Amino acid sequence: MAVLRTSIVSLVVFTVMLGIIYPLAMTGIAQAVFPDKANGSIIVKNGKTVGSSLIGQPFSAPGYFWSRPSATTPYPYNGVSSSSSNLGQNNPDLQKALADRISALKTADPENTKPIPIDLITSSGSGLDPHISPAAALYQIHRVAKHRGLSESIVTSLVEKHTEPRQFGIFGEPVVNVVKLNIALDKLN
Amino acid sequence: MTGSGLFQIGLYFAVLVVLIKPLGSYMAKVYEGTPNLLTPILRPVEKLLYRIFGVHSDDEMPWRTYTASVLVFNLLGAIVVYLLQRFQQSLPLNPQGFPAVSWDSSFNTAVSFITNTNWQGYGGESTMSYLTQMMGLGVQNFLSAATAMAVLIALIRGFVRRNAQTIGNFWVDFTRSILYILLPLSIVFTVVLVSQGVVQNFKPYRTASLMQTVSYDKPVVDSQGNTVKDASGKDKTEPAVMKEQQIPFGPAASQIAIKQLGTNGGGFFNVNSAHPFENPTPLSNFLESLAILLIAAALCYTFGKMAGDTRQGWALLAAMFIILIPLLIFCYYSETIDAPYVKNLGAAVTSDGNMEGKEVRIGVANSALWATVTTAASNGSVNAMHDSFSPLGGLIPLFLMQLGEIIFGGVGSGLYGMIVFAIISVFVAGLMVGRTPEYLGKKIESFEMKMSSLVILIPAVCVLLGTAIAVIAKDGVAGIANPGPHGFSEILYAFSSCANNNGSAFAGLSANTLFYNIVLGIVMLLGRFGVIVPVLAIAGSLAGKKHVPVGSGTLPTHTPLFVVFLIGIIIIVGALTFLPSLSLGPIAEHLTAIK
Amino acid sequence: MTKKLKQNLFDWHLISTAAIESVVKLNPLYQIRKPVMFVVEIGSVLTTALFITCLFKPLGEPPAFILAVSLWLWFTVIFANFAESMAEGRGKAQAENLRSSRRDIQANLIPTPDRNAKVTVVSSSKLRKGDYVIVKAGDIIPSDGEVTEGVASVNESAITGESAPVIRESGGDRSAVTGGTMIVSDWLIIRITANPGETFIDRMISMVEGAKRQKTPNEIALDILLAGLTIIFLIATVTIVPFSFFSVKAISQGTPVSVTIVTALLVCLIPTTIGGLLSAIGIAGMDRMIQANVIAMSGRAVEAAGDVDVLLLDKTGTITLGNRQATEFIPVRGIDVKALADAAQLASLADETPEGRSIVVLAKNLYGIRERDINTLHAKFIPFSAHTRMSGVNMDGKEIRKGASDAVLEYVRNQGGVFPSDVGSIVDEIAREGATPLVVAEGKKVLGVIRLKDIVKGGIKERFAQLRRMGIKTVMITGDNPLTAAAVAADAGVDDFLAEATPEAKLKLIREHQAGGRLVAMTGDGTNDAPALAQADVAVAMNTGTQAAKEAGNMVDLDSNPTKLIEIVEIGKQLLITRGTLTTFSVANDVAKYFAILPAAFVGIYPALGVLNVMKLATPLSAILSAVIFNALIIVLLIPLALRGVKYRPLGASALLRNNLLIYGLGGVIVPFIGIKAIDMLISTLHIF
Repeated sequence: MAVLRTSIVSLVVFTVMLGIIYPLAMTGIAQAVFPDKANGSIIVKNGKTVGSSLIGQPFSAPGYFWSRPSATTPYPYNGVSSSSSNLGQNNPDLQKALADRISALKTADPENTKPIPIDLITSSGSGLDPHISPAAALYQIHRVAKHRGLSESIVTSLVEKHTEPRQFGIFGEPVVNVVKLNIALDKLN
Repeated sequence: MTGSGLFQIGLYFAVLVVLIKPLGSYMAKVYEGTPNLLTPILRPVEKLLYRIFGVHSDDEMPWRTYTASVLVFNLLGAIVVYLLQRFQQSLPLNPQGFPAVSWDSSFNTAVSFITNTNWQGYGGESTMSYLTQMMGLGVQNFLSAATAMAVLIALIRGFVRRNAQTIGNFWVDFTRSILYILLPLSIVFTVVLVSQGVVQNFKPYRTASLMQTVSYDKPVVDSQGNTVKDASGKDKTEPAVMKEQQIPFGPAASQIAIKQLGTNGGGFFNVNSAHPFENPTPLSNFLESLAILLIAAALCYTFGKMAGDTRQGWALLAAMFIILIPLLIFCYYSETIDAPYVKNLGAAVTSDGNMEGKEVRIGVANSALWATVTTAASNGSVNAMHDSFSPLGGLIPLFLMQLGEIIFGGVGSGLYGMIVFAIISVFVAGLMVGRTPEYLGKKIESFEMKMSSLVILIPAVCVLLGTAIAVIAKDGVAGIANPGPHGFSEILYAFSSCANNNGSAFAGLSANTLFYNIVLGIVMLLGRFGVIVPVLAIAGSLAGKKHVPVGSGTLPTHTPLFVVFLIGIIIIVGALTFLPSLSLGPIAEHLTAIK
Repeated sequence: MTKKLKQNLFDWHLISTAAIESVVKLNPLYQIRKPVMFVVEIGSVLTTALFITCLFKPLGEPPAFILAVSLWLWFTVIFANFAESMAEGRGKAQAENLRSSRRDIQANLIPTPDRNAKVTVVSSSKLRKGDYVIVKAGDIIPSDGEVTEGVASVNESAITGESAPVIRESGGDRSAVTGGTMIVSDWLIIRITANPGETFIDRMISMVEGAKRQKTPNEIALDILLAGLTIIFLIATVTIVPFSFFSVKAISQGTPVSVTIVTALLVCLIPTTIGGLLSAIGIAGMDRMIQANVIAMSGRAVEAAGDVDVLLLDKTGTITLGNRQATEFIPVRGIDVKALADAAQLASLADETPEGRSIVVLAKNLYGIRERDINTLHAKFIPFSAHTRMSGVNMDGKEIRKGASDAVLEYVRNQGGVFPSDVGSIVDEIAREGATPLVVAEGKKVLGVIRLKDIVKGGIKERFAQLRRMGIKTVMITGDNPLTAAAVAADAGVDDFLAEATPEAKLKLIREHQAGGRLVAMTGDGTNDAPALAQADVAVAMNTGTQAAKEAGNMVDLDSNPTKLIEIVEIGKQLLITRGTLTTFSVANDVAKYFAILPAAFVGIYPALGVLNVMKLATPLSAILSAVIFNALIIVLLIPLALRGVKYRPLGASALLRNNLLIYGLGGVIVPFIGIKAIDMLISTLHIF
């Protein structure tokens, strides 16, 4: 019985300590020190929330840089339902999806015969990946420039400006943030 | 494999190794009750807690009382988590107005979090209120980790004590685990995570207007919210246009910190640490993967320190590293070679690795690293989708779990599992040198062998029998997402994960069903407490024995030879048990695909 | 019996008896005690049933294949039984010998321990504890007992194999007699100390027969581990059936794995090698003790012998030869060493003790003093007496004496002489070195000192060094003073010594070591050793010892050789090592068996898994059969090893583990690859499958 009593008391105490005080205190500190980051790194344009710099968005218009395919349902880049395709490597559905995506890219940019970087046609783990590889951005320059009526060199320099190297030169992989890149692109015109 | 990838992996292990000794000796001080860095601040709090609990810190428990405390406390914890989910619609801090979670899913989740499995049948951002996350799931992240740490410390005491009836006081070991170790580390880690962009707030989800609208097929729902089927049995849809994006929030950082440190692994969001809000930058990724192994690795040092011979701890660590690193390199390699889908596309694409289910900012090397360490430890959080790994790349996480979550394993639980394997190795090796086997001066006799056999047997039997039931049952097969041998791997992975309290998944499997919620729930309970009880029994039995002094006839257990033998036993037992099932899953898939 | 015990491993009578026994032992009630083999037997029954079924209804596999698997599974059980029967058979043969000496014989019962009491002739089986019997030359002693009166020579060859008769007399340490031994001369009155069925021979018979054999602690622990492994493999193989059903459905090709194949795989994976040989190893361990002429009262004691940390050894007879030898003559100042040697020789000529002989020999060797004929010297020899503690000679008016320093001192003083000052220092010096000084005096003049030294047995130092490498500490027990004891201990290379040992001091020493967690072994023969023997973990009583000592010990050494302890420890270790190595071998074998059976079982579903057939076995059926046959044959091949035991070499634990791992671990991985491939080649050459 002593065990039961101690269990109940300690569970209540720890629940309050770890389930209420701890997250509230952490929130307090976070809001004080990193208010922007703690609140989702929101991008506001003209007083309007246009997204988060960390959460990807769907782009399929030829004049935008396309994000990676997203497997969220029922529509891609659904912020409240992060998910992935979970397709196995040898699943025929994956092969079919890849073929569809390649043909979509080819249709949007028939002259482009360069090989497509694989990240541009494979769906991300989160379905919310805001990034593409620098190669995937470079691959799309021809199409974007054409549809925007911009010179490829301007678009290229924009991509280069938005290419983030490895963090501290060490961690992760070089990336291009598609959301930020497309916002910058819109600013250009 | 790239130079940068290998460098990051090397850096990871270098930093880990550097941290082992300071943290390990700090923890030894904590558990031995000697003054340490945080004593001046925390000792009064600790005393206050004991007073509230009605516990005297020097009241020792025999192993049965210790076990009873563990069981009762965890049962109560499960009830609380269950009730929070069932009644979340009527409780505060539910800005999205999520309804009550179904009874079977609530059961599964409650069990999942008290057992440190943190298998998630649900999607966090679309199911759980902030209150459920904080007071249920977040709290259990601490409690389940501290439970296993306490059990480990009790086992270590079994070795240290001589002719003793007791193995310590559960409440003391448990409280110290939280107060001195898990909580301070979590606080620091939370702040670091927020600095990288992990959200930490109580706001409702924010709506952003999309830069480009998306047209899609929207499923038609009836007035009860159920999907409507068309004549051919498929979900009926209607064309729709999406103009906005909901950006999810919540007190995520504080929970993610402990989920990584406590080898819990249950994500705040559905896709876990692949989610940009859960793991926004490569640095956060590095630190989160470091946190997976940190405490489990340092506890090996604590073990050696408390047992009075740090070489014993280093020996177990060496065995862990020697098993882990080749498997990691193999996994990384498997993810970088051209997958069949890439080969089929020929010159149309360029690829430097399998990116399906992976994030660009994290990349292949760090995805392979995470997949390996998260399954070596019983963390189970993911930063890439294991289901979409190459067959052999996915085999590694699967096999690491099947080894019994002892290669680092869960905080506490990994090491007590490893110690049990060491006991079995000592037994066989001891016979081979012609002496009744001894480990750390304690004779290993039939009672220890009985309990050790149970520790190995229970999770293995749960994996195999569970998988067997699921592949026969209609409800089991119904959850499969991928065809062929990969479908088998999905089920095998689910049971390997749950029985060994890992929590990661081949997530294509639809497991939020009555069948899987119940069966996997039972498997998680057996895999956790079916191990804890025999381990504490061993602790009790060892504590009562006298200490055999070391002589030159004693088998030394800190030598490279013993480490090699231990590794042999682990691999052979693991491989022999699971080779048939692995053959029909990932191995068959790989070999068939390359033909 | 020593000679009779050394049996050939392959005695045809033994083999044929064992062969019959091994079939009888198929009785499931017998097998259920051995979980591993019980599972094999169930598999055998199951496959036999499948074979019968398939004669009426095709099962997809050729009936001949199912029959072959079934037969070889039966063989597996039979082979394991055979190993056990072989081990038991050897014991049984010995038991037969012993039984013949236990025949019911006539005993001369007397009501009181009086030589002239009225004799009643009864059957020996009617004798109870406390009865008195009288036995005369030519009689067989009817039961174990204690001599209460008389002295006789007894032929104990029935027990010890030693044909030279030994003296048995009342009182002291030679009063115990054993039933079944024969009186050669004189007579004895004996008080019976054992009821029928409890005599020493009865106990020996039951030990060697293994009738009362209980599993030893380590054996139980190993049994548990093996049972655990068996359950794991049972689940791992049984679940293959549903897994393969699913796989067939998932890819719509092939057929599920059959019950025959799953059974074959199961039997191959569970540790049948060690499971089948485990009891044989235990019995053979006891047997090796018997061959060393040691009767262990329990298997537990044999096992404990392997764990011994401390050996208590009596100095005299174990470490040193039973007597001392002269090694030096040291004259006092002013005396020629030759004169001393001469006098010493004269004083010792008639001294037939080994010490005396050695003085004569030394005088000759060092100074060429030839042995003189006693009779021509007209000398009167003074023998050693406990009263004077001196011996010597009176000759031509000279009185030469040799003896302990204080005795000679008194003698010299009485004659009005003075004790030279340097004698004291010489005596002390010699004592400090662990030797015994013997002072020689002629009349009132002290000539010098003879150094008598304890002679450490040849090779004993190396033996102790070996023990040290084995991790065993040796402690010498002696009644000597600490000075002498220390010197002998250093000479013999023991780790420690207990000087001026009393029974209480011995008991205390044992308890101290045990409190420190150490296991103690000792030998003893006297009644005063009994408490220490009872306390020691491994206590070897000398067969020549008293009944009390024998009852207190848990082993009896029939040769009464105190050095036997070392052999006993080795036998104990060998027993454990044999179990450990065969377990490792058994489990290591599984790797190859997997590579034989898994591809064969699954290739029908996933042809690509044929890659795993690394041995390139001819067909799936022959692969499976080869693995099963190998699994059965390896048991037979290892029977000699199980019975002989794995060779023990006194190396450190690490070196032992490394060697055994290389041989039985690595060997266990490699051997079956070769064996299975060879059997497969044979099967495919013969076109069986």
